[in-house]
Amino acid sequence: MTFAHTIGQTRYTFPDLRALLAKATPMRSGDALAGLAATSAEERVAAQCALADLPLSHFLAEHVIPYEADEVTRLIVDTHDQVAFAPLRSLTVGEFRNWLLSDDATPERIAAIFAGITPEMAAAVSKLMRVQDLIAAAVKIRVVTRFRTTVGLAGRLSARLQPNHPTDAPEGIAAAILDGLLLGSGDAVIGINPAADDVTSTARLLRMIDGLRRRFEIPVQSCVLAHITTLMAALEAGAPVDLVFQSIAGTEAANRSFGVTLALLDEAHQAARALKRGGVCADGSTGDNVMYFETGQGSALSANAHHGVDQQTLEARAYAVARRYRPMLVNTVVGFIGPEYLYDGKQILRAGLEDHFCGKLLGLPMGCDVCYTNHAEADQDDMDSLLTLLGVAGVNYIMGVPGADDVMLNYQSTSFHDALYIRRVLGLRPAPEFDAWLEGERFQQLRLEVGNPEGLPERLLSV
Amino acid sequence: MTELEANPQQNHGALAARWRALTQARVGLGRTGVSLETRDLLDFQRAHAQARDAVHSRLDAVALAVELERATQFEVLRVCSACTDRTIYLQRPDLGRRLDDASRETIATLADGADYELIVIFADGLSALAVERHAVPLMKELLPLLAGWSIGPIVVVEQGRVAIGDEIGLALKAHISVVLIGERPGLSSPDSLGAYITWEPRPGRIDAERNCISSIRAEGLSYKLAAEQLRRYLTEARRRRLTGVELKLESGTERLMDR
Repeated sequence: MTFAHTIGQTRYTFPDLRALLAKATPMRSGDALAGLAATSAEERVAAQCALADLPLSHFLAEHVIPYEADEVTRLIVDTHDQVAFAPLRSLTVGEFRNWLLSDDATPERIAAIFAGITPEMAAAVSKLMRVQDLIAAAVKIRVVTRFRTTVGLAGRLSARLQPNHPTDAPEGIAAAILDGLLLGSGDAVIGINPAADDVTSTARLLRMIDGLRRRFEIPVQSCVLAHITTLMAALEAGAPVDLVFQSIAGTEAANRSFGVTLALLDEAHQAARALKRGGVCADGSTGDNVMYFETGQGSALSANAHHGVDQQTLEARAYAVARRYRPMLVNTVVGFIGPEYLYDGKQILRAGLEDHFCGKLLGLPMGCDVCYTNHAEADQDDMDSLLTLLGVAGVNYIMGVPGADDVMLNYQSTSFHDALYIRRVLGLRPAPEFDAWLEGERFQQLRLEVGNPEGLPERLLSV
Repeated sequence: MTELEANPQQNHGALAARWRALTQARVGLGRTGVSLETRDLLDFQRAHAQARDAVHSRLDAVALAVELERATQFEVLRVCSACTDRTIYLQRPDLGRRLDDASRETIATLADGADYELIVIFADGLSALAVERHAVPLMKELLPLLAGWSIGPIVVVEQGRVAIGDEIGLALKAHISVVLIGERPGLSSPDSLGAYITWEPRPGRIDAERNCISSIRAEGLSYKLAAEQLRRYLTEARRRRLTGVELKLESGTERLMDR
């Protein structure tokens, strides 16, 4: 179906939904690289005007990637909940924005429509929103998940402790873990990106964290962010696997480039749930959210698997994959991919807030890796801005990297200090179980042992 | 205020020193309130400034060509990608993989009768600093290990990405190309050089068809070790007539890099 909008003497036309969504997207380098971006500022606004008038029900009739060609499209279509969609059926995209920002859209009412919203609808409405809209709508949506901690409660902000090391040296990783724990990070997960993707070192790192957790009764979950097949092999070999990680994207072809399919994810999800390693959380229930996903705008284009769809819409489609598995954690690694997809601090900042909003609107426990590479036009000031805005928007968790400098992945993220900063200025607390642990005897014991000259990390972590 | 915030670690300096002996990560940083102390803040800013300067520095291709010619006695060609400046380079990887028209003609004039086993290409990539620092000393270690090889002219590329070696290698009819290119600077590694080895280079080659040696720099992989690894890859590539995932050699230091 062709869409059109006239501004003054110029009639702008858009041949299909893909083109309309792409041209309506605020400027970013990845869409320009793909040849999909609007060619003028006026064309972009014309597309936004046409998009605003489009009924949400149209998204159920026209798919950006054909049903037959892509299993992510099939997942989106086959799991769409018509009952949850009923209150939205008569709305246009523009009216949907109005409703989300209205006082009528209470947290309960938004939560009731999660299953009726498709990723393309979420992406579409976000393209009509300014930064403050992305925050004002997202702050109403709490998505709470549990394993051994409870993440996502109002008034709380958690941190993933990311203790990476260029060669996976256990004592180097241990030093970073201890540093992070003493600074109050780790309540989302202790998650290591391994340099070597093999079963033996994955299992060794998992055992190391598990030993530390048991010894000091720390309410945390661990994850080694190896490929899902590596983690499955470690699990089968008896390694203490808490959360199962995988990078995912919004098309079947991009997921294949990551070496995964929905069938493989289904299998991993079942295996991890069967371990029943979750703990009793603050509300008395046992945690059973076992998956951890990472995403990021531009990954499908990077894999030459974007089907002519803009990168932000594809990012929202990745969330359809994630929500099938009721994950514990999802985060967008927003600035990692580089300036050919998100050029500068302005583009990274908006993308981070779009991803957080779209993920929450689809019912996901969104965190964000507030980050950049050294070839992007960005610096610490940009990260402070995005961190602060995400804190206001109610982000579930951020990363905690020693000094914000990831020496394995060679990029800059947020630090343990940054997590303390955002909690302090916004009056937020860590996850309740972890918060109680920080106030208790076992934390004092950890402090004492770490401070002991004999208490070297390698000894502390020998199990 | 939590217990955590009220009680900074006692003897913090000694603890931090012990941790830093175990990892190059920025562990054990102190805090004022919950913020970084001035010294640590500025230390980070300095590292980032160096990395940024490395990304945006312009390769002095003329000077490098003179140095390489003098040190190796090889003919050195200077060419440029289709990127006219850094801003375009950073946003258009496709243009960084292609020669501009003038460079294509330059290469074409040398193509007649060309037929080499190996061609060595230096490209600024994301760190001109890396190429300027390491090109000559690395070649001094490498060339003696390649006695008996038929090697074409050395090519120096401005605003180049790895895959530009495919177009150059094809034009000069080289069986193998080695692209030595400035890697994306890390916060503490502004001058890291990577080496990409490709059997029968031609446009359309994908990353999985190359082998890579990364982190060639004073604090990383030494010239001597890098040259030795290159020799092993090149020898094996020539013997087995392929590069890429099927040619993975046993080694703890190499790993595939993105692009």
